[in-house]
Amino acid sequence: MTAVRIPPTLRGEVGGERQVEADGASVREVLEDLARRYPALESQLFEGGQLASFVNVYLGGEDVRTLDGLDTAVDGHSMILLPAMAGGS
Amino acid sequence: MASYRELLQQVKGEIDEIGAADARERLAAADGGATLFLDVRELDEWDEGTVPGAIHVPRGQLESRIEGLVPDRDRELVVYCSGGSRSAFAAKSLGELGYANVTSLAGGFTDWKRNGFPIETPQALTPPQRARYSRHLLIPEVGEAGQQKLLSSRVLLIGAGGLGSPASLYLAAAGVGTLGIVDADVVDDSNLQRQIIHSTKRLGEPKVESARETIQALNPDVEVKAYEERLTSENVERIMGDGWDVIVDGADNFPTRYLVNDASVWHDVPVVHGSIYRFEGQVTVFKPQEGPCYRCLFPTPPPPELAPSCAEGGVLGVLPGIIGSLQANEALKLLLGIGESLQGRLLLFDALATTFDEVSVKRDPACPVCGESPTVTEYVDYVEFCAGPKVTS
Repeated sequence: MTAVRIPPTLRGEVGGERQVEADGASVREVLEDLARRYPALESQLFEGGQLASFVNVYLGGEDVRTLDGLDTAVDGHSMILLPAMAGGS
Repeated sequence: MASYRELLQQVKGEIDEIGAADARERLAAADGGATLFLDVRELDEWDEGTVPGAIHVPRGQLESRIEGLVPDRDRELVVYCSGGSRSAFAAKSLGELGYANVTSLAGGFTDWKRNGFPIETPQALTPPQRARYSRHLLIPEVGEAGQQKLLSSRVLLIGAGGLGSPASLYLAAAGVGTLGIVDADVVDDSNLQRQIIHSTKRLGEPKVESARETIQALNPDVEVKAYEERLTSENVERIMGDGWDVIVDGADNFPTRYLVNDASVWHDVPVVHGSIYRFEGQVTVFKPQEGPCYRCLFPTPPPPELAPSCAEGGVLGVLPGIIGSLQANEALKLLLGIGESLQGRLLLFDALATTFDEVSVKRDPACPVCGESPTVTEYVDYVEFCAGPKVTS
């Protein structure tokens, strides 16, 4: 199981949890499993089968877009989901 | 018991001395940084003029401060005072502390000047400034030169709100000479739970004016340039044209963040980025050409339901205090040219769990602004995003 950190803006979709677990060997499998467990997340993570452009996914602290994208092997690392936050005031 | 004269003679016999002409040659050869001139005179003597590039530590503080100033004990040092006596004792002490290449300037600065060799007059801090910034002056990485640098620095703050409040207060306290503040809002009741630069009696005042009053009460050395306007494609060039060393971005919306980013890339000004939501904050540094920019990190803004502002989502009052202070820290390091910045690293703070995490941020060769083939080449005013940027002009 992979530990996935949920950003505050998506916690409503996972029952308020800060961190959840999902299963899979690749980033895609983990995110798909996540979307199965928490269906409300799907539209926040995927756009036309691809990772939504407004969400960054980090595996072991690295942006998966700089690795093999959704095909990146999870390899025991934990995952962080991170959309941009604009608030400053 | 030895007299002073005898002691001086004895010490001079135990150290190496160099004449002014030889020292001049070493200075000329020291462009590569081989020889360091160490001035052990008192502050009022130093203020009158020094050997160019010399560092200053009064004789009385030599032993306690030298390791911080010159960690390398093999460094070639030429120690000087006004006539060559204090520097002789200083050279002996340095030898006892393990400094292996120390020479005392015979005849001292007096002889150096008499020979017509180059001198420079340090830009001196005033006595009140020396008192105000004394804790900075004691840090070798800041010191008098660093403090002068801060006093001549210019930082532009986007927003005088949650992040801008602590950031501008600490930058002002640190003596950053000019602070530009861009904010179109007035002080509102709901701001005061976190926006500590404002106060109850300033309710209804423009935030930039309220911030100016607080900053000037804190440190009269600081000049505040107030821009009581919202940053737009119309005014961004005028504001950037005033010339800034660092931008501290504490904006509360995506359109401004993208505008700040594009301006920073085109004007080659680093941005210290901070953002906050409820219990969590993010901080990083975007340094154009050297590292990623905001569009490399977040090429597309999230849809509105995923991007609530603090007004909609709330924020713990102390959170901007922490994140804004981290921004001030990054800004000061950039201005002083010290330490390791957050460039290439996004720092994530969780106030509920009290954890700091870091993720890496890389430059995107396909970035529309700083990438190899930029597609965004002029300012765009985005409306509040609806599932993606919509251009209004």
